Amino acid sequence: MKPRTFALFVAPSVALMLVFIALPLVFVFVQSFYRTETLYEQVKVQNCVPGFLAPTCTEEIRSRPVLDAGGRAVTETRFVGLDSYRGLLEPAAVAEAFSAGGRGIASLLQIDFYRALRFTVWFTLVTLPLVLGLGLLVALALNAVTKRLRGPLIFVSLLPFIVTPVIGALSVRWLFIGDGVLTVALEGLLRRDISMFAQGWTIELLMLLYRVWHNAPFAFVIFYAGLQTVDQDTLESSIVDGASRLERLRYVVIPHLTPLIVFVALIHLMDCYRVFEEVIGFSSQAHVISLQWLTFNYLTPDETGNRAISRAAASSMLTMVGIVILLVPLLMRTWRDHRVAR
Amino acid sequence: MTSRTLRMPFGLKLLVAVFVVTWSIVALFPLFWITVMSVRLPVDGLSSNPLDVLMGPRTRALSGGLSLAGLAVWIVALVALYRLPVRHGEAAAARLAVGGRPFAGWMLAGAGYGIGLAAAVGWLIPAAVGLVDRVLAPVPLLGWLATPAIGMTLEHYRAVWVQHEFYRNFLNSMLITAGVVTISLSVGTLAGYALARARSNLAFWLLIAALVFRALPHSVLVTGYVPAFVNSADLLAPLWANPLTGWFFQLFAARPPTLYGMPWATIIVLVSINQPFTIWMMRSFFQNIPSELDEAARVDGCSHFGAFVRVIMPVMWPGVITTGLFSFLLAYNDYLVTALLLDAQSQTMVPAITQFLNRDTRASDQIEAIAAAVSITAPLFLLVLVFQKQIVSGLTQGAVKG
Repeated sequence: MKPRTFALFVAPSVALMLVFIALPLVFVFVQSFYRTETLYEQVKVQNCVPGFLAPTCTEEIRSRPVLDAGGRAVTETRFVGLDSYRGLLEPAAVAEAFSAGGRGIASLLQIDFYRALRFTVWFTLVTLPLVLGLGLLVALALNAVTKRLRGPLIFVSLLPFIVTPVIGALSVRWLFIGDGVLTVALEGLLRRDISMFAQGWTIELLMLLYRVWHNAPFAFVIFYAGLQTVDQDTLESSIVDGASRLERLRYVVIPHLTPLIVFVALIHLMDCYRVFEEVIGFSSQAHVISLQWLTFNYLTPDETGNRAISRAAASSMLTMVGIVILLVPLLMRTWRDHRVAR
Repeated sequence: MTSRTLRMPFGLKLLVAVFVVTWSIVALFPLFWITVMSVRLPVDGLSSNPLDVLMGPRTRALSGGLSLAGLAVWIVALVALYRLPVRHGEAAAARLAVGGRPFAGWMLAGAGYGIGLAAAVGWLIPAAVGLVDRVLAPVPLLGWLATPAIGMTLEHYRAVWVQHEFYRNFLNSMLITAGVVTISLSVGTLAGYALARARSNLAFWLLIAALVFRALPHSVLVTGYVPAFVNSADLLAPLWANPLTGWFFQLFAARPPTLYGMPWATIIVLVSINQPFTIWMMRSFFQNIPSELDEAARVDGCSHFGAFVRVIMPVMWPGVITTGLFSFLLAYNDYLVTALLLDAQSQTMVPAITQFLNRDTRASDQIEAIAAAVSITAPLFLLVLVFQKQIVSGLTQGAVKG
């Protein structure tokens, strides 16, 4: 294909990605060093209350937004350097936490950013093996079921993956909230009062369960497809060699699935790092927050209608750092493969 | 030899069966339970006794319910509705393929099925149930089959869709998803084709860039859009004021628009966010189409674009349908982008559900939120029903190639 034709074919797509992905990234990067604020002016206001003989007057100094000719508040954008980052990372508080009299990790986790970071990383790492394991188990089990039942079973297994994440999280929450059916069942089992949404760790547990429920079908479908292409000759020869069922799984099937396992793990890491819908669905912001939710929260207008854009930009950039750390090894490997292939 | 040696011992068979049944229950239970809750009055739906939720005795006493005969009719009808697309979906799509385009066939068959299903669930089956009850009631020994056994009410659905005008959000969702699917497919197909056929370094780097973009958290991008969208009237003003470009832009709007709250602006944003995934997926589909095919057309004197239109387009529809499904899912399921870039008038269904959650003052508010959630899930349920094969093939395609 000639470069010119190639360029014509990819032009619309590349233009979209440049304007709506690359450009916003640069914009966010620049934005994180600036702060836009409404200008306030100090005015002397005289308040008079009618009184006997003479009105009582008090003077006070108030600040009010400066208005332009059109009656809109004037804003000012100024360079603040790393202030937004400092506001998020609070290095002073961190230093204090780890100084002699500090409370270490405990007070570190009072700060929103570290709270979100801790949960995001922990959540990503814990769900990974669970999703891979459950996905593999379901794939192996469905592969052993008679052909006629597989269609409906795959249909059932796909549902948790297809359902809207926020709605999925909500439906799990409704099972547990208040006198929800599963809370009642748990209370009967443990013979004690349970309220799943009163403390952080139970919410995190529910979030974990939800995410495994939601993502395991994806792993299942990939592994199931991989199982269909296992080399039957190798399987048979391993039987001739006297390999047990477990040994066949360990030495024939799993090695065959390894590339797929790596693939699922990568996609899962990318997606889990973006954990967000759970926080919305479980309304857990008081106890548990994630990095994406932090940015979302800064972008949502507060009571006065203002958005903390520069803070959002700074937290976006910090979120990106994590993605870069995640991707660098992958990219280096791809580049090596590409060079070898050429 | 294989069939005998591979046969599983009884214990293992039992284990597999137990596991499969458990997993199916776990996979279905949350969705099943909220569907049950949504057709009960709050006294039953939010009761701490699971049996009350399941059978709805007080709902039955207060607002009627479903008889055993009616339940049987429902079950038979629903099983038939499940079988229909699984058995005859492909044949119907093939017959409806207008002008030899399977894509059109699938769209028509899907839309027809959706409408038929809505009619069946909303009107035909209830009418049939009423008829069966009417017929059975006077029969001496079978009369008990026709008396209400399970409480059921659709008042929460009525409240959500009519009183709270959820249909507006539904229409917004449809607009957004339709826009995203069409635009991202037309743009992504061209790029995917070129990337599948190119051998240059540039193509490699494009794909890598797309992979990196795919990994970006959406909140990072939205942070870039929000201030620009809110202030777009000021930001775009120079384009309108400049005599060179002004006449062109004034063809579309007299004044620079505020992009915040505009559906088409959000569509473009979602298309762009989705573009990396679309081009990777389309590329892997095109790699499966042998390049000899378009080379032959080129030898016969076609241009690259001509070869694409005449030779590739007729065989690419399975890939397009699969990629389209995933574009649909992305747009339909999105919360973050639509919640931040759309206003109350143009809000889609998923972010709009928070309005029901936040109200939460009367007991029925919670059930209404649940009814809204079920309403959002229903179209997805249909989607899996009709397109199960395509979804599975799409997932595996991406995995094996990507």
